[in-house]
Amino acid sequence: MSVLIDTDTRVLVQGITGHQGTVHTRNMLDFGARVVAGATPGKGGTSVEGVPVFDTVEEAVARTGANATCIFVPAPFARDAFVEAVDAGVRLAVIVTEHIPFHDMLTMYHYGRLKGARIIGPNCPGIAAPGRSKVGIIPNVVFRPGRVGVVSRSGTLTYEIVSGIKDVGLGQSTCLGLGGDPVVGTSFVDALPLFEEDPETSLLVLVGEIGGSAEEEAAEYIRHHFHKPVVAYIAGRSAPPGKRMGHAGAIIARGRGTAESKIAALQAAGARIARFPYEIPELVREALADAGTR
Amino acid sequence: MVKLAEWRGKEVFRRYGIPLPRGRVVRSPEEARAASESGDVPLPGVLKAQVLTGGRGKGGAVRFAATPAEVEEAARGILGMEFKGEQVRELLFEEKLAIGRELYVALTLDRSQRLPVLMVSPHGGMEIESVDASEIVRIPIHPFVGLSGYERRRALRFLGLPPGPAKSMEGILDRLWRVFLHEDAELVEINPLAVVGDSLVALDSKVIIEDDASFRHPEYAEIPDDRTALEEVAREKGIAFVQLEGNIGVIANGAGLTMATLDVLQQFGGRPGIFLDLGGTDNPAQVTEAFLLMARAHPTAVFLNVFGGVTRCDTVATGLVEAMRRVPAAERFPLVARIRGNNEAEGIRILQEAGITSLRQLEESARAVVAAAGGPAA
Repeated sequence: MSVLIDTDTRVLVQGITGHQGTVHTRNMLDFGARVVAGATPGKGGTSVEGVPVFDTVEEAVARTGANATCIFVPAPFARDAFVEAVDAGVRLAVIVTEHIPFHDMLTMYHYGRLKGARIIGPNCPGIAAPGRSKVGIIPNVVFRPGRVGVVSRSGTLTYEIVSGIKDVGLGQSTCLGLGGDPVVGTSFVDALPLFEEDPETSLLVLVGEIGGSAEEEAAEYIRHHFHKPVVAYIAGRSAPPGKRMGHAGAIIARGRGTAESKIAALQAAGARIARFPYEIPELVREALADAGTR
Repeated sequence: MVKLAEWRGKEVFRRYGIPLPRGRVVRSPEEARAASESGDVPLPGVLKAQVLTGGRGKGGAVRFAATPAEVEEAARGILGMEFKGEQVRELLFEEKLAIGRELYVALTLDRSQRLPVLMVSPHGGMEIESVDASEIVRIPIHPFVGLSGYERRRALRFLGLPPGPAKSMEGILDRLWRVFLHEDAELVEINPLAVVGDSLVALDSKVIIEDDASFRHPEYAEIPDDRTALEEVAREKGIAFVQLEGNIGVIANGAGLTMATLDVLQQFGGRPGIFLDLGGTDNPAQVTEAFLLMARAHPTAVFLNVFGGVTRCDTVATGLVEAMRRVPAAERFPLVARIRGNNEAEGIRILQEAGITSLRQLEESARAVVAAAGGPAA
């Protein structure tokens, strides 16, 4: 099985009748994902891209056996949508919605933990396992089945990097986009054991950003518990302190969360460091060759 | 991120019952003098510039006054001064209290634990970054439970306060927690929190409200921030725009890709200085707005680096071509484009018809932009 999702994943789309929900339902279906239901209050009985829409998640789950949800509903309603899914028994939620207040995310994260439900995101690209399934919005064109795992805090930068891996003739096992918000459901440290245990993954590409300490914590985990080769890239080496670059929580505050500290920690943990995105494919090839000859 | 000026933060504190010095906001020397003469603000008093950057005491933006004449003079001295690039337009004029110990208290988010954290230190009145970690107690708070009695007692024990101030502190901790929660704050900080007789008084406030919660707090929407004029326009149009030193403009989508682009440009000697993050738009008009905004910042050259996910390549290309048509000849700039991802072929075709080439590799694109901007910086 790949990481978190596989051919038996039955996807529910919350907010399926919105523009993004509809577009990405089509893309997920094209990728081969089994999108079995949509949920939008008041739109029950209709269908989107041939997928039946229900008024409630409870009904959707009862009728279709959905076991994962992809949430597109607007930020003010995202907490409610997630809690509804968890209460209906769904245990994996990919939250694509951006601009969810972190106070709401705190509630969602701890509610999920209490009930044994995992969140990927919010404000994230989601999960894709080529040839198996996809829950999220990563463009289909960047993938080819293979043995490289990718875990990232970024969105489009992830697509750029995954695409670069494909361009040199390699493929991916699972790509996991965690999102870069201040509170995320799944961090690098939470994701690493999943890739360690995944028999389809031979090597992991870790894409980090300045700000916070998630990469330093990941390095600590890699050093002690992760046994596959790691190639890492940290974006924002040249970003000035104190300015927020884009929507995400990428900010260097009080000298913490700098690229230098993250790169040093990952290097000390044995990761190969790419200085630029386009150095990643070559480092991946090197690492795979090394692992093969050892 | 809405950073509240000290007096706005104190207005929030007042609503929640956190004790404050008597005082008011004044906007002219005459108004300051009148406030002291009427007894609104008892003397001796302190006048503080209402700016968003720290270090006011050392920078001459805080002054003391014992008579109405001194009040007027101090106000005249501070009003209109430029403090670290920010024009001083408002003063907070408060009574000067006879203070004892100065403490530190704050609530913020611990990202790794995904929990709010209460931070308390007996060393207030200085930058908390310069206080030794062993002198700060950090108490994580579970959001489902809130601040518990035993957690408050733990903070009090750490501070070693006598009974009077300790009782005052308990109330303040409880109220500060409610501010953090109900106002959707990223940070609430009182530094210093001063012992005045048997009570505690908040001498300063630092309150940062989360932008994303603005749908619950329209009252914070109108508050001015430290953005530049163009950054303000961008914000109104829903575009993330950052202006720094440098002459190359970068239009990308997503924070990670924007930063990676910046890293590469610097590597080749470029000086990127204007950043525009399209985010996840699928409206060509939004892309056009973004380019027109970029033109107003007068870049030497612009690098468009977009990976189409939510944003489709053809949307970006259509918006870009329209913008280039509308930018006045005098404001035109050399453009290097690199668009990939969803609907890539269609996007590249639209650009080609308008005479714009889309390059494939990040490395060659970056070199081309730096060259177009006049070559590597010395």
